[in-house]
Amino acid sequence: MNPLDIVRSEAEPLVETVEIKTHFKTPRGIARAVDGVSIQIRRGQSLGVVGESGSGKTVLSRSIMGLLPRNGVIREGSVRYQGQEIGNRTPKEMRSVWGREMAMIFQDPMTSLNPVMKVGKQITESLRLHLGMSASEAMTIAEKLFRDVRIPEPTRRLNQYPHELSGGMRQRVMIAIAMACGPNMLFADEPTTALDVTVQAQILELISEQKRDRNMSLLLVTHNLGVVAGYTDEIAVMYGGKVVEKAPTKTLFADTKMPYTEALLRSIPRLDQPSHSRLATIPGRPPDIVHPPKGCRFAPRCAYVRDLCLNEEPELQQASTPDHTFRCFYPVGSPEYLERKVELTRKGELVSTGDLS
Amino acid sequence: MSTNPNPATPTNSDETIVKKKLGVGFWLCVAWLGLMAFIALFTPLLPLKSPTQNFLDTTNGRPPYSPSWKHWFGTDKDARDVFARTLHGARISLAVGFAAISAGFLVGGTVGLISGYFKGWIDRVSSFVFIVLLSFPSLVLAILLTSLIERSLLTISLVLGLLSIAPVGRLARAATLQFADREFVLAARQIGATNRRIIIKEILPNVAIPMSSLALLGMAVAVVAEGGLSFLGLSVEKGITWGGLIQLGSESSKTLEEAPWIAFFPILMLFLTVLSLNFAGDRVRNYFDVKETTL
Repeated sequence: MNPLDIVRSEAEPLVETVEIKTHFKTPRGIARAVDGVSIQIRRGQSLGVVGESGSGKTVLSRSIMGLLPRNGVIREGSVRYQGQEIGNRTPKEMRSVWGREMAMIFQDPMTSLNPVMKVGKQITESLRLHLGMSASEAMTIAEKLFRDVRIPEPTRRLNQYPHELSGGMRQRVMIAIAMACGPNMLFADEPTTALDVTVQAQILELISEQKRDRNMSLLLVTHNLGVVAGYTDEIAVMYGGKVVEKAPTKTLFADTKMPYTEALLRSIPRLDQPSHSRLATIPGRPPDIVHPPKGCRFAPRCAYVRDLCLNEEPELQQASTPDHTFRCFYPVGSPEYLERKVELTRKGELVSTGDLS
Repeated sequence: MSTNPNPATPTNSDETIVKKKLGVGFWLCVAWLGLMAFIALFTPLLPLKSPTQNFLDTTNGRPPYSPSWKHWFGTDKDARDVFARTLHGARISLAVGFAAISAGFLVGGTVGLISGYFKGWIDRVSSFVFIVLLSFPSLVLAILLTSLIERSLLTISLVLGLLSIAPVGRLARAATLQFADREFVLAARQIGATNRRIIIKEILPNVAIPMSSLALLGMAVAVVAEGGLSFLGLSVEKGITWGGLIQLGSESSKTLEEAPWIAFFPILMLFLTVLSLNFAGDRVRNYFDVKETTL
């Protein structure tokens, strides 16, 4: 490989999706869980996907990996891994990709480990399956992996069942299993939601450390903007199956464009606010993905809504800084936005907590 | 997990987990079943009287003879030793029970696992077949089938096995459904495990737990069913079975009145065996009935 190729491969996204759609057939109609999402993740880069429950963030990560239910799914668009189309592959063809190229960590480590199998067996399974190791070789590697994810007394832990481990320890085991075959792309689907607050930071730290050490790419799915802030290079905010704002992490926090993102940011506690100050909530409910609203999907809940928003769907547009896109007619900072903000503040409807910039 | 509601009991740390116990009753049942299995396996080698020989004793009048030192369980009208015959009866009764439930598990369990895992049309077809099988009155079906065929150990076992397919299959399917959507199955898929591997290695060990108690309970039902069939004269033709012995001892109310031991001892054996199977099955179910919240 000549140096130019290396430069090119660095620049080329490891994983790229183009307008992928994942729809589920339900008795009520077609649920548009993911409705035209395009993202790129370069090697070693981490992307955070943020959204409320039902925004399609989990389905997005599973669509990329091809881990969808067998029945009742409609898939469109293209998923490319290292330049190769994998969106149309059957589960059988994906088997060589799973584990070795891409791996996933799930939300609840209690249900993602088999309760009747020793954790050592569960981790050696994939080593023996993919790398054709013998039982004892795999055990040695497993022990090393356990040490990598900071599990104390790895030899003893390998011989235990999941219920003998604490929640944080189980998630460490899950991470070790995901790391086993050295994937290039790691999906973490709300990896800390089921854990104690004190353990959450440790697990996130561990994930990002593994990512750095192994030069992996990471897609971190979460509903908590605070979580992704410290661990991602870029953030995509999802709402009703679409990406409504995407920007490098710093830009997103400093120069929020989408009122939805702004509202999300206001709903997390901040250290620089006086304690016991009231957190803002977003009124209303996430959109019905079977019958989504006609215009902007956030319009029915948006404080800055205008007629245009209700009738026409905004396209993804470019912000002033590169790599920053959003879907809004009257973004934060626009004259219409400011006009409405003045009105709302006067009426006292907006619990103003100062500008976010 | 971190808090312990009852400070008197030791905490749930690694070393001092309060283990559930199966209890003395369970082990008594297991001992009885072990004894029965031993007897069934080794009857020909045991120092028993011949089950078919007539021990006519002219000094003692006409048979049947009541239980005595010579004949522990007495003899029947043909002066045959009831003790030897009862022990010999264990062979066929238990063999049929075991073979029937094994056949049921092999077919029903496999179908149940597959349909619960793959769902879709496989599931619809198999569920329909199960419903059809269940809607036959099973004893009537058993009588019908056994009166049509040559009644050997194998065919009787197969008939009873056929009847156990549907209940076993439905339980296996239900248990599989419960686990098929759990994340550890997805986790196994995403490290590249094949469907076959997932079913055998991930789901089967989980499903085996609720199934183990059904195996014991099902065997009890099969033993009873075999007894019922042989009572009607529709079980294994050549050979001694508990049902056959009971039938012989209760041919008429006169026999029952004058020589109750002929029927009593086989009934006692059958009763204790079925009780043990049921009790053990129940204990096993309780033992493994772990609520996830207690983990």
